[in-house]
Amino acid sequence: MAASANMARNTEPETVEDPDGRARFDELIAADQRVEPTDWMPEAYRKTLVRQVSQHAHSEIIGMQPEGNWITRAPSLKRKAILMAKVQDEAGHGLYLYSAAQTLGTPRDKMTEDLISGKAKYSSIFNYPTPTWADMGSIGWLVDGAAICNQVPLCRASYGPYARAMVRICKEESFHQRQGFEILLHLSRGTKEQHAMAQESVNRWYAPALMMFGPPDADSPNSAQSMAWNIKRFSNDELRQRFVDMIVPQSEVLGLTLPDPDIKWNEERGHYDFGELDWDEFYEVLKGRGPANAIRLERRRTAHEEGAWVREAAAAYAERRRQQSEKAQAA
Amino acid sequence: MSDQSFRISAGEALTAEKITEAGEKPSEAVATYAVRLGDDALILAQRLGWWIARAPELEEDVALGNIALDQLGHARSFLSYAALAWGKTEDDLAYFRDEPEFTNLQIVEQPNGDFAATIARQFIVSYYQFELYRRLVDSTNATLAAIAAKAVKEVDYHRDHATQWVLRLALGTEESRRRMIAGLGVMWPYVDEMFRDDDLVESLGDAAVLPSSLREDFDAVTGAVLAEAELEVPEGFVARGGGREGIHTEFFGPLIAEMQVLARAHPEATW
Amino acid sequence: MSAPGSNDTEPWPLWEVFVRSSRGLSHLHAGSLHAPDAEMAVRNARDLYTRRNEGVSVWVVRSSDITASDPDAKGAFFESPRGKEYRHASYYTESEGVKHL
Repeated sequence: MAASANMARNTEPETVEDPDGRARFDELIAADQRVEPTDWMPEAYRKTLVRQVSQHAHSEIIGMQPEGNWITRAPSLKRKAILMAKVQDEAGHGLYLYSAAQTLGTPRDKMTEDLISGKAKYSSIFNYPTPTWADMGSIGWLVDGAAICNQVPLCRASYGPYARAMVRICKEESFHQRQGFEILLHLSRGTKEQHAMAQESVNRWYAPALMMFGPPDADSPNSAQSMAWNIKRFSNDELRQRFVDMIVPQSEVLGLTLPDPDIKWNEERGHYDFGELDWDEFYEVLKGRGPANAIRLERRRTAHEEGAWVREAAAAYAERRRQQSEKAQAA
Repeated sequence: MSDQSFRISAGEALTAEKITEAGEKPSEAVATYAVRLGDDALILAQRLGWWIARAPELEEDVALGNIALDQLGHARSFLSYAALAWGKTEDDLAYFRDEPEFTNLQIVEQPNGDFAATIARQFIVSYYQFELYRRLVDSTNATLAAIAAKAVKEVDYHRDHATQWVLRLALGTEESRRRMIAGLGVMWPYVDEMFRDDDLVESLGDAAVLPSSLREDFDAVTGAVLAEAELEVPEGFVARGGGREGIHTEFFGPLIAEMQVLARAHPEATW
Repeated sequence: MSAPGSNDTEPWPLWEVFVRSSRGLSHLHAGSLHAPDAEMAVRNARDLYTRRNEGVSVWVVRSSDITASDPDAKGAFFESPRGKEYRHASYYTESEGVKHL
């Protein structure tokens, strides 16, 4: 009954059209059930997922850098420990996601290659620099806050391995946003200089965080298909609105202002109105012209290349041990 | 996914916060001793923290991160306890002491170098810490004993991690072997200092552990691993040492300057 | 058919990780990771999948060493138990109301 491991050889499995498979796939999606790796799936579904899950993984890995930047300078030992744990979690989350993507047939070294060659994308939010300690607060509160809004619905994504990775990630991330909020709260209630540091940082991160939900629905051509496939559950604009509704009252608790004069409660809609975002800037950063894009990729590339001799050594050692044990068994 | 598959919990363990809360004030001598051990762990954690997002493979980022966090936890416990003697906090000690007031062993401040050098340092320090904490568990000072009881288990794992990598690098490829030998060569001169007794530890009696008493076991267990890895125990140059008296190598100044820069820019602030 | 994602070309192979979350429970699949050999795989699994007290025991197995049922034979493989409701207690309704049964 065991079929040959055809996946082992092809990095990108060819999808042969299979009417029974397609009917089964459509049934699963219609019933809001999970698709598992060995199920037949349309090529476009597989491609969309590989792209989305690997981008998500890359974002976790690149996202380690703007915060990792402050591990050695964290201003208290408690904050140092929290930050270290958080950045380490991000490595873990990247790994969970690479695992999920790999079940679709793309091995991790291929994904890594695409990342460091600049071919693959990652969330452009991580191309903004972190010049101040308050940025650790803003990233936690705004960036992780936005990420959580995006991620919670993904725990129900139709692709099983992705949804399972997201469940684990969401559980672990629940502390990330809180610790960011606390950093800002301490700064806001601290000295005059600390308060100013917090406000300046929130001013820089507010708009980029809102842009994390992607372009407005009208300009987001792939969203409709992803929603039909139950990969995405809410539209970009719905999620963005949900996020704004969350952070406006939170900013009041923090005693910080959001840099948008148009934020106003709209009784009729039951939501906060907010101003237009500068999407030209978003597309600039997306194209890799963000302030830290080159630095982030270079750092990842260096780590990978300088680690090559270590990875080779471990592989050589494993092979040597395997041969030794074979010899011992033969004798 | 059912909840049964994985549970998240904080676990029960002695933490810096609990030690501060208990508020049991150590004698000046015990505090000075605790600062030494705390500084070893703190400076090592500071060095290891640099690796996160730079390790040879992502799985190793996570592994080194765990080790750094363990060391930082031990540092916080020792420093929080010591700080009580002077009505200070762990952060006062970490951020507002100057270079000569740090009394860590010089090996922990040595630069990370390449992965082999970092593993060589880990190999030496974790075997040393394991032998030390294993004995400190029986300290007549209950707090030191309790800190050691948690630390010894964690350091046991660090020992294993370092051993695995020493074997793989030494017996992997020609290049990795060359680098492993070079890494051990850079770090081994700082081994001698770790086992020197002085008036302070001698005055503490059974509350502390005499460094010289660890040497035999350290040599035996590290020697066995090195033999398995087909490596020689490096010989030759012995560093002058003096870390316990606040004498440091030239690498230390930049390390604490970076560690302390933000806290010192805002001396009135809390974070 | 081996576990999804296993790939012979990778320098560090893929391993599947199973974690026992507490005594008395089975090991459950937690995810996968890359490692050069079994010794490192089990350690990486500890570091990656038990950072928050999630486990008391960990298993790892090479993904390529897993034999899975053939997805194309799903119908034939799993048809038999369907329709055999008499294997479930809920099939037996006449005893309803009778205690300790």
